Amino acid sequence: MASIEMKNIVKKYDDGFPAVNDVSLDIDEGEFMILVGPSGCGKSTLLRMIVGLEDITSGDMVIGGTRVNDKAPRERNLSMVFQNYALYPHLTVFENIAFPLRLAKVDDGEVTRRVNEAADVLELHEHLERKPANLSGGQRQRVAMGRAIVRQAEAFLFDEPLSNLDAKLRGQMRTEISRLQRRLGITTVYVTHDQTEAMTLGDRVCVLRKGEIQQVASPRELYEQPVNLFVAGFIGSPPMNFLPGQLDGSRLATPFGDIELDERRAAAVAGRDLLLVGIRPEYFEDASLVDEAKRPVGSVFTARVDVTEWLGDSQFAYIPYEAPDEIRTQLRELSRELDSEELRTQAIVSIDATSRIREGRDAEFWLDSRKVHVFDPTTGENLTRDAEAGAELTRLATEDRVEQVQSAEGEGISAA
Amino acid sequence: MSGKEKAWWGVAGVAIVIYALFPIAWIVSLSFKAPSALNNGNFLPGAPTWENYSLIITGGASDLFLPALRNSFGICLIATAISCLLAMFAAYAIARLDFPGKKFILGTALAVAIFPVISIVTPLFNLWRNVGLYDTWPGLIIPYLSLTLPISIWTMSAFFREIPWEMEQAAQVDGATTWQAFRKVIVPLAAPGVFTTAIIAFFIAWNDFVYGISLTSTEAARPVPAALGLFSGASQFEDPTGAIAAAAVIVTIPVVVLVLLFQRRIVAGLTNGAVKG
Repeated sequence: MASIEMKNIVKKYDDGFPAVNDVSLDIDEGEFMILVGPSGCGKSTLLRMIVGLEDITSGDMVIGGTRVNDKAPRERNLSMVFQNYALYPHLTVFENIAFPLRLAKVDDGEVTRRVNEAADVLELHEHLERKPANLSGGQRQRVAMGRAIVRQAEAFLFDEPLSNLDAKLRGQMRTEISRLQRRLGITTVYVTHDQTEAMTLGDRVCVLRKGEIQQVASPRELYEQPVNLFVAGFIGSPPMNFLPGQLDGSRLATPFGDIELDERRAAAVAGRDLLLVGIRPEYFEDASLVDEAKRPVGSVFTARVDVTEWLGDSQFAYIPYEAPDEIRTQLRELSRELDSEELRTQAIVSIDATSRIREGRDAEFWLDSRKVHVFDPTTGENLTRDAEAGAELTRLATEDRVEQVQSAEGEGISAA
Repeated sequence: MSGKEKAWWGVAGVAIVIYALFPIAWIVSLSFKAPSALNNGNFLPGAPTWENYSLIITGGASDLFLPALRNSFGICLIATAISCLLAMFAAYAIARLDFPGKKFILGTALAVAIFPVISIVTPLFNLWRNVGLYDTWPGLIIPYLSLTLPISIWTMSAFFREIPWEMEQAAQVDGATTWQAFRKVIVPLAAPGVFTTAIIAFFIAWNDFVYGISLTSTEAARPVPAALGLFSGASQFEDPTGAIAAAAVIVTIPVVVLVLLFQRRIVAGLTNGAVKG
């Protein structure tokens, strides 16, 4: 187990394109770090530089206190799970898992013991004599993980390990990976483009965009105190709504009525004209279902609903709105960058599942204005970010992790 | 597919099979005919006889045929083995590494493959006589390599390209050196490709006639196809057709056996299951 430090890591391809640009990131011992971003953001390249499959153009990669830039993958003692599992099809499951041990010339008895141990953890016992071709996707995934945990590696690296599984299995494997990591307490770097995985697995999440780090923080901080438009739009599903807002004193005039800003926010945005207001879908509610006590902290507006989606436990309503061209192009650019295609400017609003709001009709909505963020439309910077509150969230998450690791160790001792 | 369409496909298939197998059937039939019955105009031998086979295996033609058979096997197997080994390394480099001149190598290999054999056999004859390779096994193995290597490199590099890069990278992360990754992961995965290539290379060498007849003079190195041309009848008035047909049948047997033996391996997609399926 070791920490991983990256200092000003740059990866330039032969054509001069920087896939990873000046990335500095410290990953603590035993930490679960997620690298996340839309396709082409350099997250996989960064992971492959950690493991040594990709050369580093400049910068230092330090694992466990040693600079490993010039070391071959086999000298770094890391284990990796590939996106397509990369199992050895000519070997049985047992030999697949044993492969790293065989290379290390571990004696047979020890190999059998450790493979069986890994098979216990991953419930692979009845499959040990089968070939990978005869396994299901989830079983292959577990074999790949078995191969990773069978030796005492410095860290685990995962390259989108769940993206080939169907949704149900993905959920199961996600919790499995989380449990495994907590139990082994090993440093883990996990690449994904799936933000559910990012939010649920990571102690900290590193959001990348075009090879550059946007923000490194706990999932909660990313969600509540995003540093810019990109992070705000990337984290959260359905995504945050961005409305154009005209500033007038401490009031923001939006297509959904005026929003009153508190003192701190008003001061932060003062002196500007056109702004982007970021509102998460769950900050909205059907006005008729809001508690009287809560009503005063927000504002009420009327809008025509385009489409509603009822999902049983929740309900979404789509409300189109008009935006100035400037904002429109900015938003289109953003959604393109986030791998989605937003054709119209519309807000996605989460309302109670019992709400009787129907499509094609005007309806009254309530908007909780306490948590809205205000962004500069040209730079994308979050003007109302509360850095201290954010840091506090990440600090709490770190405390939780340390506590969990300690209790896991305690269990380990009592079990032994 | 409707019943009618199926019937048409069946008829066409049978027609093609008959068309392709008819000459072979004819040769088999000839090999069982007595010399006097060769020109009787019947397809089936009226009175089947082993006469031709005994002639080439134990009789007068055996001095010519048996050493030739031994030469053919030895030379072709050695040429195939060397060719496969060399092609394996070359194809791996071509499929995996990015080096200047890669296209040039593939292009040259192709050019060598389409170069007419007949145009180099005369200079080779003179050269071999001068350096002492004339009428020796190496004297044939070397030209056979020039025939088999290009096609081997092409086929194997196609197979190597099919093997996912991740397999090797996974092995390297697991602690393998480049050589270990090649030997323990790539070679087993490429086995079907190696077998296919080996069979193709063996056929090419086995079927060669021009080098065989030109670069040999005695039974020291003469391969079967060349020996067949030198068969003579029992008297100068008798055609050796029957003996040649019998020898042709015998020579075809190893080829058929090879294909039957290895077709499973060739067809089996061994990479199945390596990655998500």
